[in-house]
Amino acid sequence: MTTLTRRGFLKATGGIAAVGTIGMSFPQLALGGNKNVVVIGGGAAGAVAAKHVKLADPSINVTLIEANDHYYTCFMSNEVIGGGRDISTIRHGYEGLANHGIQVVHSKATGVDTDARTVTTEGGDSFPYDRLVVSPGIDLKWDAIEGYDMAAAEAMPHAWKAGPQTALLRSQLEAMDDGGTFIICPPGNPFRCPPGPYERVCQVAHYFKENKPNSKILVLDAKDKFSKMGLFTQGWERRYDGMIEWVSGTDTAGGIAEVNTADMTVTTEFGDTHEGAVINVIPPQSAGQIALAAGLADDSGWCPIHLDTFESKLVPGVHVIGDASIATGLPKSGYAANSEGKVCAAAVVAMLADEEPGTPSYVNTCYSLIAPDYGISVAAVYRLAEDKSKVAKVAGGLTPSDASDEMLAREVQYAYSWYNNIVADMFA
Amino acid sequence: MHSRFISLAILASALMLPPALHADEHGGDAPMASIEMLTGACVACHGPGGASVGPATPSLAGLPAVYFIGAMLSYKHGQDLDAAEAEAASDPELEDVEVFARHGTIMDRIASGYTLDEIKAMAHYFADKPVFLATQEFDAELASTGEALHSDNCEKCHEEGGRSTIDDMVPLAGQWKYYLQYSLADFHGGARGMPKKMKSRLKEVMETEGEGGLTALINYYASQR
Repeated sequence: MTTLTRRGFLKATGGIAAVGTIGMSFPQLALGGNKNVVVIGGGAAGAVAAKHVKLADPSINVTLIEANDHYYTCFMSNEVIGGGRDISTIRHGYEGLANHGIQVVHSKATGVDTDARTVTTEGGDSFPYDRLVVSPGIDLKWDAIEGYDMAAAEAMPHAWKAGPQTALLRSQLEAMDDGGTFIICPPGNPFRCPPGPYERVCQVAHYFKENKPNSKILVLDAKDKFSKMGLFTQGWERRYDGMIEWVSGTDTAGGIAEVNTADMTVTTEFGDTHEGAVINVIPPQSAGQIALAAGLADDSGWCPIHLDTFESKLVPGVHVIGDASIATGLPKSGYAANSEGKVCAAAVVAMLADEEPGTPSYVNTCYSLIAPDYGISVAAVYRLAEDKSKVAKVAGGLTPSDASDEMLAREVQYAYSWYNNIVADMFA
Repeated sequence: MHSRFISLAILASALMLPPALHADEHGGDAPMASIEMLTGACVACHGPGGASVGPATPSLAGLPAVYFIGAMLSYKHGQDLDAAEAEAASDPELEDVEVFARHGTIMDRIASGYTLDEIKAMAHYFADKPVFLATQEFDAELASTGEALHSDNCEKCHEEGGRSTIDDMVPLAGQWKYYLQYSLADFHGGARGMPKKMKSRLKEVMETEGEGGLTALINYYASQR
């Protein structure tokens, strides 16, 4: 999809001709041949999809419906929680996307009529689409852990959607006395950002080591294994020895069963109760609410899609990207979301032109910061399997466990560069 | 590594095929992905259009294609430079590609995911972009020392104060400081290979100026706008 396709050029000139012939009194006729793409959700996948549809074919009317005026990236939000970064540095606006000619509507999408092909918003407006891209991120399952509802999240933040929850967890850690215990409860698979809880442990441990050295961290996991596990545990031993206790899913019998905000306790499925000074509960998740309401999710709570186009297997004409999709083979990461946004955008543009979608290519690079001079990463390149059943890894791997201190320090600077560039890719 | 006759025969037969088709270690029979799709994978780290917003990941915009291909083949084949050279030699268009040892953080995990045709397409995409000169902080005094060191030791090949890409020379001016620092450390430490002429000039700078000479050069290139 080049920026100036012959098709795009013909459409653009056709549009100008129509204006010239019919005159300005019927502007809608000038747009009559143009297609409408609506994107719900301006995050790591949705912002990229909207931008790339517009870049590939400027004749397409692209509308981005996003509830919030600003987007707080989940990536690097752990560094805010650890105190190494100000929250203002992970807050981004939508002016850049508007400058590309995308209509940015700040409202909550409340309904999708898949027969009439319209999206309605909280404000009561209706937006017609030829193709709809749904990028709603995650919703938290409030009914999954006894006692953990939205009110409980004010006492025991999840901080798994960046923004006020991130700031809340940070302020609780700052207020905590030295010698307190920070409890973090990572969920079972699948969930947003698989290495995220363990990077958070590092960031909090770094803060404690510098400021509250008698404090402890207790990880009550729902799983027996986690992303980059060898590298994280190596980092914990090297930098935070004796501070972190990780309890496996076997020993919790599958994670947290119940929380009690009055006592500041959590009780595992096994039956052990632990008291914490600060408690971070990361509950099980599903695709964002609008995806569920639109009938895009299956019984798992996530959205089955065709991996070459990200078109829903349940609702034709609607694509689902980012954490909400079941992108078999790809992690629920920011970079994978970026990649999905680009594959989806290319497919949407091709399908609107009645062309066969091109060959997709997918990539993921994910950094985790163990300390200010200690970064680790996982990277992979993927191709669609011939039977299209999965996205298959063809190259990649982790930071070597014997990497030198110099290389681990370089990974931190590359992580910051990754952040700055992926944000530019989304919003500039 | 290859006879001219066979190369021309391969080239001729390749020209008769639909250009986007390839059958190789990764792609099977699928047509090659579009260049926007392929480079979409690069730019979320290296910046939109290959113009990195830093502070460390290098800009790719304006890099000569032969330099890009040489770097990718080195990453692709890890420490097996013979294999990298053999892959370059398999393509008559790549006569000018030189492969030197490189020590990446993640690129050596990524590059093997791409075929030679894809790497070539990416190389030409970024080579067609104007060189991006990053705006970054620098020490003016060090930059001035660096300018003199550059004139004495580097300018003969890296012309125009390191801006030039003539004769497929890699531009240094305006590249990100951290990347220049890592690169020079690797050249000096032996993790990264380089042409003989550069090796002798680098040795000269190290003997007369020490590490401070490298820092001065880095500040000079960072000062270029």
